Amino acid sequence: MKKILVSPFSRRSFLKTTGALVATTAMPFGMRSALAAGKLTVGFVYVGAKDDYGYNQAHAEGAAAVKAMEGVTVIEEENVAESVDVINTMESMINFDGAALLFPTSFGYYDPYVKETAPKYADVRFQHCGGLWKEGDPSNAGSYFGYIGMGQYLNGVVAGHMTKSKKIGFVAAKPIPQVLNNINSFLLGARSVDPEITCQVIFTGNWSLPVKEAEATNALADQGADVITCHVDGPKVVVETAAARGCYVCGYHVDQSTLAPEKYLTGAEWNWPSVYTDFVKKALAGEPIDNFVRGGLTEGFIKMSPLGPSVTEAAAKQFEAVKAEIMKGGFAAIKGPLKDNKGNVVATAGQAFPETDIALESMDYLVEGVIGSTN
Amino acid sequence: MTNISQNEAAASGRPPALPSWVIARIEALAIPVFALIAGAALFSLFLMTQGKSPQEFFALVWRAAFSSAFSWKNTLSHVSPLLMAALCVAIPARLGLMVIGGEGAIILGGLAAAVVGASCGSIPAFFGFAAMVVAAFVVGGVWIGTVGALRVKRGVNETISSLLMAYIATAIFNQLVESVFRDPASLNKPATMPIPDALRVTDLPFLSTHWGVPVGIVICIACYFLLERTTIGFAARVTGDNIRAAQIQGLPVSRLVIGFTGLAGGLAGLGGFFEVSAIYGNANDSLISGVGNTGILVAFLARHNPLAIIPVALLLGGFEASSGLVQRRMDLPDATILVFEGCIFILVLLSETLYGRSDSLIRKILFAGRSK
Repeated sequence: MKKILVSPFSRRSFLKTTGALVATTAMPFGMRSALAAGKLTVGFVYVGAKDDYGYNQAHAEGAAAVKAMEGVTVIEEENVAESVDVINTMESMINFDGAALLFPTSFGYYDPYVKETAPKYADVRFQHCGGLWKEGDPSNAGSYFGYIGMGQYLNGVVAGHMTKSKKIGFVAAKPIPQVLNNINSFLLGARSVDPEITCQVIFTGNWSLPVKEAEATNALADQGADVITCHVDGPKVVVETAAARGCYVCGYHVDQSTLAPEKYLTGAEWNWPSVYTDFVKKALAGEPIDNFVRGGLTEGFIKMSPLGPSVTEAAAKQFEAVKAEIMKGGFAAIKGPLKDNKGNVVATAGQAFPETDIALESMDYLVEGVIGSTN
Repeated sequence: MTNISQNEAAASGRPPALPSWVIARIEALAIPVFALIAGAALFSLFLMTQGKSPQEFFALVWRAAFSSAFSWKNTLSHVSPLLMAALCVAIPARLGLMVIGGEGAIILGGLAAAVVGASCGSIPAFFGFAAMVVAAFVVGGVWIGTVGALRVKRGVNETISSLLMAYIATAIFNQLVESVFRDPASLNKPATMPIPDALRVTDLPFLSTHWGVPVGIVICIACYFLLERTTIGFAARVTGDNIRAAQIQGLPVSRLVIGFTGLAGGLAGLGGFFEVSAIYGNANDSLISGVGNTGILVAFLARHNPLAIIPVALLLGGFEASSGLVQRRMDLPDATILVFEGCIFILVLLSETLYGRSDSLIRKILFAGRSK
């Protein structure tokens, strides 16, 4: 009886507890000296859940790659709204965790939140995904993005081969340039196979509305679309619903083939691990990071899911050929003569907008053959 | 057992009686505090089932919400809309109405302020501000006033109608922001035209929080006087306590209901005004933040007393502010704070049954020393 009572105060456990206590109290100083020794705390901010089979998961996979690097501490926060919340989160990461490099990963974080916060913390680097950094914006802020429209073009090429009804479908979140570019690229990819193909688009109104996404997918299937893709934050619902309705699916953001092994054709994926480790390597070495960074298939910013088992040989052949063409650089999905679906000319004969053209980042039209409206 | 019987015997019966108003005051303070502590205890149990330390949780909440200038800035940024959202629940509650759709008035009021503000760039700032405030107040007031009118004219349950109207408000808001009021330059995040700099509410001198917080506090105090110290407030409370009696007394019940729900909605709209003018600079879907729902919790915890709303909003604002740090340090999902708030809310609702019944307990505690 006595022994049990005494044992909690044995020398060993006493040392353990005291040691832990000392470690906790000394942590702020430890962190500071560690920072000085070349350690870096990197903060990732996500707008949704980091296991959403989509946009946020793609970034979280990048964060996981950074976590594995030497001398780096990664902190993450998910479900941070595109509001004053993100300012609070970023400042909290800087003040409480000592973050020196931040990746706020949602489109809507940039203006005004990153732009307002960056000048207050001159020695912190704000790398924002999707924004359009321009001359005059804070110099410690930067934006990066990938030409994922090309991935949707390749999705479209495969879809063009696989569709029997000549109708393909697109479930989209909001009619904003990056989404419109994906829709247009998907249809133009399909039309490069068969110019008769049309693409029905349904906008759900927001990035993550699973119920509406399921309804939209069902509506597309009801109207005869037999290959469906999407641009929403978490494509899980679209992929599963489409496959359940017997449609083929092209993925987006990450590889969703496990959700529909038979019906999954291919997918346009982000390749953030390579991008993020690059940024962090530069930060660790003290090298400057460009304020405006873009890249596509060639630069390793995006990649394609492996072709699924149902993809025909002809489709695979053209897919590989177009992919090789894109890898060479300068490939344009939007090229003249091309009209939008209201009859206005968007590109005259001979005019082309390669993936790098900044004009594409303010796209406000749907091309001819897309059934749907931007407002 | 023996202790109690000894005590009772020694006191030769029961502890002395207290005036009922003293009991009521003690209850009004002690029971919500008890509910808060019990809610925290319940949540601690939940944390332990998840294998997390409650101690660490509360330490982090303290650290993130109240420990430094930055923490306070973070907390106060949540407080301004919370005050207004809570008033939107508390004021109708004094008339016996459960209005839970303040969110709708906040976002539509904010939209009205943003649209008016964007078109008032050329007139003196004073008139511009006045126009924005009036627009926000009127739109919010009409929105919740309609809930009151439906109640008295058509007998529609105000809880249901206000909740459903909040969804309608969201739909209207999104539609308008993405179509007629959309700034063509807002590509990736649809928003209304920017409010000119002259019409942006600024930060307080020396503090990094905007004027919405002190104005909200002043409005809470004003509402307290309106409800507790004026005849019209008295009429409202009579209506809330017993609507039949109020009618028999000849009180203008329907005008009171529509007027006070309108006031509640107008204040929520004002909350929307501060959000767009001080923080966002335009109306966009960030305005739909769910603060209207947290406001319900604040109002209940404050027992619909406008003065009590002030400290409770600070506390709840602090909880919301600590969500991020808790998520990062304890590896808990962001919904953790919602679970915490939910635990408190359940205990607050349960503790409602204690009012008027804790008389003997209070006397026992107060006179525990004397009765020996």
